[in-house]
Amino acid sequence: MRRVPFITLCLSLIFVLLLSACRSPAQETPAQGSPQSPPAQKELLDAILQRGKIICGVNGGLPGFSYLDKNTGQFTGFDADYCRVLAAALFNDPNAVEFRPLSAAERSVALQTGEIDVLIRNTTWTSSRDATWGDFAPTTFYDGQGMMVRAASGATNLEDLKGATICVQSGTTTELNLADQMRARDITFTPLVFEDIDATYAAYEEGRCDAVTSDRSQLAARRSVFKNPDEHIIMDVVLSKEPLGPVVPHGSPRWFDVVKWAVFATIQAEEFGITSKNIDQFMTTDNPEIRRFLGLEGDLGQQLGLSNDFVVRIIRHVGNYGEIYDRSLTPLGLTPRGVNDLWTRGGLLYSPPFR
Amino acid sequence: MAVSRTLEPPKVRVGPGEWVRKNLLSPWYNALLTVIGLWILYEVGRGLAVWALTQARWDVITDNIRLFLVGQFPPGQIWRVWLSLLFSSLLFGLGGGLWGGTIRQFACALGVAFFLLALLPASWATRGWLIGNLAAILLGYGTGVWGQGNPQRSRPLRYATIGGWLLLFPVLVMLLSGFSGTQVLPRVEAGLWGGLLLTFLLSLVSIVLSFPLGVLLALGRRSALPAVRLFSVLYIELIRGVPLVTVLFMADIMLPLFLPEGLRIDRVVRAMAGFTLFSAAYVAENVRGGLQAIPEGQIEAARALGLNGFQTTFLIVLPQALRLVIPANVGQFISLFKDTSLVAIMGLLELLGIGKAVLANPAYMGLQREVYLFVALIYGVFSYAMSYASRRLEIALGVGER
Repeated sequence: MRRVPFITLCLSLIFVLLLSACRSPAQETPAQGSPQSPPAQKELLDAILQRGKIICGVNGGLPGFSYLDKNTGQFTGFDADYCRVLAAALFNDPNAVEFRPLSAAERSVALQTGEIDVLIRNTTWTSSRDATWGDFAPTTFYDGQGMMVRAASGATNLEDLKGATICVQSGTTTELNLADQMRARDITFTPLVFEDIDATYAAYEEGRCDAVTSDRSQLAARRSVFKNPDEHIIMDVVLSKEPLGPVVPHGSPRWFDVVKWAVFATIQAEEFGITSKNIDQFMTTDNPEIRRFLGLEGDLGQQLGLSNDFVVRIIRHVGNYGEIYDRSLTPLGLTPRGVNDLWTRGGLLYSPPFR
Repeated sequence: MAVSRTLEPPKVRVGPGEWVRKNLLSPWYNALLTVIGLWILYEVGRGLAVWALTQARWDVITDNIRLFLVGQFPPGQIWRVWLSLLFSSLLFGLGGGLWGGTIRQFACALGVAFFLLALLPASWATRGWLIGNLAAILLGYGTGVWGQGNPQRSRPLRYATIGGWLLLFPVLVMLLSGFSGTQVLPRVEAGLWGGLLLTFLLSLVSIVLSFPLGVLLALGRRSALPAVRLFSVLYIELIRGVPLVTVLFMADIMLPLFLPEGLRIDRVVRAMAGFTLFSAAYVAENVRGGLQAIPEGQIEAARALGLNGFQTTFLIVLPQALRLVIPANVGQFISLFKDTSLVAIMGLLELLGIGKAVLANPAYMGLQREVYLFVALIYGVFSYAMSYASRRLEIALGVGER
């Protein structure tokens, strides 16, 4: 007799809980259903300025791009430096960054949930990602799938690899690209597929395959730790385009502009020849273009929602594109810079004018 | 009298030569297997030794030792980690002096480890802290032994030590995370915890919290109240029906979607919650096994003595049930300790994650063997310590003998 009311109580409690559980998503629906409508969304730039630091999604384990430095214990590398470029531009403090190491699967969700303000994690710019993940800022590194062979083999193009055994990591777009490119050229080859990236290169070094294919930056990085790096060449062919750059969530146009022009500033600074070492000489220049660029004249920075001297802050604290590149990627053996050079030197780096 | 005397079992003493002949060399095919086995062991051991002593580049470990141990914890605040360690060393020493037995062995092992580490080349600050820890163990041990003989002294000391162990966890968390806005203990974001420290904290928090939760769930599953029983069954079966990786992904990625805007829970806390909720379901099933092994007569006897349901459960049933399931639960906790390495896929830099981040440094590329061997060694040492402690606890409580 006494237990019946208690059961009723419990059941009604569950009922109420279920009801409330059903209600909360219903309340969220208007905000979720229309992510495109700008007025509903808060501009990320305001939130970042209020917070006082940038949350930057990085890889955390990619040679040359982001890794932990042994001395400082901080994230270091090309991608990490671009996080610092943004922090320097906004807060005049390159360390106003919270790094958030992300796995490949997490990165898109982290963008959509607002876990991070910007994703600088060797992410290839593709049309479908641009449509669904967020807005892609200018490319900071033009990567591409390449092919490494032994110099002694004499192979210079894909046709020379007829009948060859090629080492490749399984389950990646690299594997698909290889098959596509070889089939398009009607070249027969034997793929030797590995789950683990280290096993892939170990097999190549042991001579179990004639060539190994992967992103060119990775090939160069791995070659630099081979026993005899000079015995291997990276062929001058590109099997796929992999432009890598920062991504910001959809719906924050002012923050997107800041990221875009901070990246352009590093490129333009190199074009002007302004480095972190010689910037003081440029502060007294008469060149109106450079004076505008450095914020000595005009209000380019304020138009973007930054201080007028944001370019000076970037260069002083982090450096221009060439300095960032030399610090992290040159030690990997990614020289000459090839397409990652200024347009004036035959590369693809081109900044729109600052005016 | 003489008739009822039990005879001692005959003692069989075997000399080493006899033992070898009996166990390794007879009959002839065992001798052959012994030779082959020894040869394989020798080859593997020699290869490993040659590699470890001549080819391996151990500088990747020594250069990055701080990263491996505490991750990105600010170097200026390392003293907080040391202080936490000092506190637990003192407790180990006190416990060893007061109770002896297993905890004394652990205190000894810890002391020897500190002493040996202090002999290694390290900065004087590090050595100072190591010696300090050794001193804390000795001090605690001395105090414990001093108090042990005298009941008037030993009783408050025992209460103080138990209180210290209970306080250890909140003190640890407060000391490590600090408070925002203070000068002495500035806030250290949980995102900066890493390496072995994070592995420890993740497993410690999950073990400490999942145990009571699991016991409650086990009791709930056997409860007479249908709502409670239904909830417990649903919870346990749901959690056991999904892989741990899924739970972690839910905690890491999906949870922020459900939280109101502006409310951000730190991802380390989310990972801890994921581990706790996951482990609780397994602990619950272990404990339920123990509960079912308690004969109905025990409960009836308790009722007959006039104990109410609460007293029956907590004074009669649970103590016996929990004693029975020590091996299963320790197994669960050891696997939880090793499972913390799964947070590396969440991008948290615990021991394995730090290993990966260090390997990405161009200066240390291609040194996977050294790094992963070191990480495996650390996991091995701590897992073995846990299983050893559980075996001693079983012997002390007489599991399987009473």
